[in-house]
Amino acid sequence: MSAGQDSHTASLSADEPAIPGMAEDSHYVVRLSAVTKTFRMGSTPVEALKGIDLAIRAGEYLSIMGPSGSGKSTLFNMIGALDKPTEGCVFIDEVDVAQLDAFELAWLRCRKIGYIFQTFNLIHVMSAIENVTLPMIFAGLSRDEYMDKGMELLRLVGLADRSNHKPSELSGGQQQRVAIARSLANAPAIVLADEPTGNLDLGTGEEIITLLKSLSSERGVTVISATHDIKMLNVSDRVVWIRDGRIERVEERGRLKISVGEVV
Amino acid sequence: MERGIVLPWRQVARIALNSFRVRFYRSVITVSVLALSITFVVYILEGYELSNSGLAHMSEAGKNQVIPGGLELTDGRLGISAREIWLAFLSLLVCVTGILNAHLIAVTERFREIGTLKCLGALNSIILKIFLLEATYQGVMAGIAGGVLGVAAAILSALVDNGVVAVAYFPFGQTAAVLGYSLLFSVFLSVLGVSYPALIAARMRPSEAMRSEE
Repeated sequence: MSAGQDSHTASLSADEPAIPGMAEDSHYVVRLSAVTKTFRMGSTPVEALKGIDLAIRAGEYLSIMGPSGSGKSTLFNMIGALDKPTEGCVFIDEVDVAQLDAFELAWLRCRKIGYIFQTFNLIHVMSAIENVTLPMIFAGLSRDEYMDKGMELLRLVGLADRSNHKPSELSGGQQQRVAIARSLANAPAIVLADEPTGNLDLGTGEEIITLLKSLSSERGVTVISATHDIKMLNVSDRVVWIRDGRIERVEERGRLKISVGEVV
Repeated sequence: MERGIVLPWRQVARIALNSFRVRFYRSVITVSVLALSITFVVYILEGYELSNSGLAHMSEAGKNQVIPGGLELTDGRLGISAREIWLAFLSLLVCVTGILNAHLIAVTERFREIGTLKCLGALNSIILKIFLLEATYQGVMAGIAGGVLGVAAAILSALVDNGVVAVAYFPFGQTAAVLGYSLLFSVFLSVLGVSYPALIAARMRPSEAMRSEE
């Protein structure tokens, strides 16, 4: 345990001086400082996160790896401003999420963050194009604007010809691609993906990963994905290993090959 | 922060109508109890309107024949008895509990959708608006169905009791009024029934909403 923490601190200080506040050359799009989260299961408190420090650079492709029950999804909720930490702070674009009111939080979720889920979570009564355009309607775009952008995004994920299909008429991979298009609707700074390949077969999962990677490199979107899919490792700039509510180690892309060997 | 989160009523109406349309059969179950209650109330009210309109054209002897024992005329019209008001009230009470329960279940089924909407930036008020408007559509549906059924039942029962004379002087104006009131009433009850579940849904934190259906 202590060795794991040491390597985490070491890797952090190696690439970036851990200065709170502004970084000079590289902008932190997400920063977590001493984040803990405790759930109550009846009368027993359960610590899902036990003090997480993490800084994520803009444009990075970051994977959060860990077995189920490690606190991955809780961490995902923290980064996505979907839940509040028990202690510690979450900064998104250097704004403390805890300080935001309901309107600002909704604005943040709408404009700054795009979400992708394991279960796709498309609104099943809406067609593909309606799903993709919904965040843009929330953002106050006009009908012409959101229809144009929506079709462009569907084209980007290769589903322009399926725009009027309901989620139930699409395959899992297609649904996930609609979800990816939807996550990009308001050109967010961050795309957060919770087990995006978890409900897909190998090949489809790989397609989704390739798509995410190309979006990250072409559009400069920060992609953060919680996963235990080893395929994700190949495309990640950095991998954060979570175990038991703590960061076990953080690995840069260069060192990854070796660790894949270790894991497999 | 530049522009806030918006959802014009036009869009709310579109989303709610779409959701109502797609879930139509589910809605039928949710509001059937409401429709039945409205049927019952309309049946009672319309029954009196029919009797009264017939009554106005009858001789005294005929009136005495038609008016069942125990009922009296006030100002030449038959009034609703306390017992019937009580029955109607009970039926509406049962109905509100019924739709409350049905809506609670329907909202639970949609937790994930609510969580997703919140992730996309929906405000609590937007969720609330969508649910209230869906309930309004359901109320309209139940009101129309209940109204038609109630009037039909009243006509049938009057025909059986009094023969063709019962509907010879059909009170169109009064019937329209009964239908109008019952429609408003139905919408009111439907919105009343959905208020609490919708409030729960709107206040949920997205992480809770997403977790619940797994």
